[in-house]
Amino acid sequence: MTGIRKVGVCGAAGTMGSGIAIVSARAGFETVCHDVDGEGLERAATQTASFFARSVERGRMTEEDRETALGRLSPATELDALADCDLVIEAVFEDLSTKQALFRALNPVCKADAIFASNTSTLSIAQIASGCGREDLVVGMHFCLPAQLMKLIEMSPGLNTSEEAFAAAWAWTEAAGQTPVRTRDRPGFILNALLVPFNNDAIRAVEAGVASPADIDTAIKAALGYRMGPLELIDLIGLDTQILLSEAFYPITLDPRAAAPPLLRRMVAAGRLGRKSGRGFHDYEDSAMYGA
Amino acid sequence: MTMAYAIHRTGESRSFPAGDAFLDGAAEDADVLVLLGVPYEPDPSRTAILIELGTECLGVHTGEAAGEEGSNALGFARYRNGGDPPSDLVELVRQPNTEERAIEAARAVFEGAGLTVAVSADRVGRIVDRLVRPKYNAALRLLDDGLAKAEDMDLACRLGLGYPDGPVERTVRGGLAYHHDVSSALFAASGQPGDAPARAAVVARARSEGR
Ligand SMILES: NC(=O)c1ccc[n+]([C@@H]2O[C@H](COP(=O)([O-])OP(=O)(O)OC[C@H]3O[C@@H](n4cnc5c(N)ncnc54)[C@H](O)[C@@H]3O)[C@@H](O)[C@H]2O)c1
Repeated sequence: MTGIRKVGVCGAAGTMGSGIAIVSARAGFETVCHDVDGEGLERAATQTASFFARSVERGRMTEEDRETALGRLSPATELDALADCDLVIEAVFEDLSTKQALFRALNPVCKADAIFASNTSTLSIAQIASGCGREDLVVGMHFCLPAQLMKLIEMSPGLNTSEEAFAAAWAWTEAAGQTPVRTRDRPGFILNALLVPFNNDAIRAVEAGVASPADIDTAIKAALGYRMGPLELIDLIGLDTQILLSEAFYPITLDPRAAAPPLLRRMVAAGRLGRKSGRGFHDYEDSAMYGA
Repeated sequence: MTMAYAIHRTGESRSFPAGDAFLDGAAEDADVLVLLGVPYEPDPSRTAILIELGTECLGVHTGEAAGEEGSNALGFARYRNGGDPPSDLVELVRQPNTEERAIEAARAVFEGAGLTVAVSADRVGRIVDRLVRPKYNAALRLLDDGLAKAEDMDLACRLGLGYPDGPVERTVRGGLAYHHDVSSALFAASGQPGDAPARAAVVARARSEGR
């Protein structure tokens, strides 16, 4: 059971925010889609409508459910629209001062007991909460891409988060049909803490001439049953993003495996960003984005 | 294309345990010779000589020549996670000047047996262990640090990345002592802290030796 009825999503025009809003509305929660980018919200609303339409076509949702789910979503560019939300999930840019400023601005607007959740991938929940005026009500709630399809949520309390707030946010993720796992407020939580250094190791193996990207991907898929090899995955994530992730973790963890390999920097400098630029560790004939 | 091969064998092979169809598919004699536990002797008259490797480098068998080495001899190992059954992957180990003809013959032999081939330089850990053992060490260290429960770390990897299993369950299932031994071989060669066996693996190895 969750006491949460109404949810706000900040950054709802973005990749993650629009997916999180779908999860929330689909599960029956009134959902305010907030973003500073009004045109972006319109684009996101169109994409959400076609996502639900495809869900109906594929028999995952009835026509009636589609209509009610769409009816639960309301766009907003002003924070005031979040005043009566019980839970506000932020998925704005991955920048500490942007997230801190948002929570500080939300604090006087929102109900005193509203929970603030952050979808950050690399930042500290305690740091995002710092100075917001309700540090005990801030939790980490890390969805996976694409949020509307992936069930996993990594949930982490900050240093000052109350167990009650954490439990309430946890209960909401379950009510929303997701699968939460509890982790600590540490760089990359579980998934990225394991994945980012692993991917860097694969790049270092290419750089050291251990094997070709194709052979490395073939080996990992055949030996371990992964759907994608590490270099195919980096091409999908974007080599520039892999640098950003490395730079977010390495200065904090000082784990040499987290440091961006020199080859990665050379490839980004040479415009080989992965699928989105048509060339990364592999060549791509068309640079269409993955996923629907 | 299938390619005939002969096998010289002593005892049990990790790549092809007793009963494996690959053993039955061998000819009496052929230009490609597969050595399972039998010492290598150079024979340039053959198309290829395929030496089954453990954690050691191919150069241990063939010798090296300052990066100029290479002949008709290749190393190989079918990937196994410790005590798990062998996977479909054969890591084929070449040296800088290994004959292309020998590589193609080796590929044809293993692919003809329905296996998948990836070619690796002659490095400790080859491709897969070089990449996964540091990750498993990291997972075991994060577990010690209290990042999350083992089952949650595994669940996160299955749900979030679509892996068939998570790092902790996989390492435990394959054998922590085995993981210790592969990690130790990697660490001895690389000196990288991530390759050093995690505490839980050191404990498992000590217990298996009755210490
Ligand atoms: N993309 C991923 O794979 C992924 C996965 C998990 C978590 N995350 C995290 O989710 C967050 C968002 O990532 P994204 O990829 O969706 O980014 P994005 O750039 O697609 O979207 C960010 C959105 O936030 C909006 N925004 C920026 N500042 C704002 C503010 N002050 N108030 C309201 N809206 C604001 C922008 O207009 C934009 O629409 C980041 O913290 C990121 O680390 C991303």
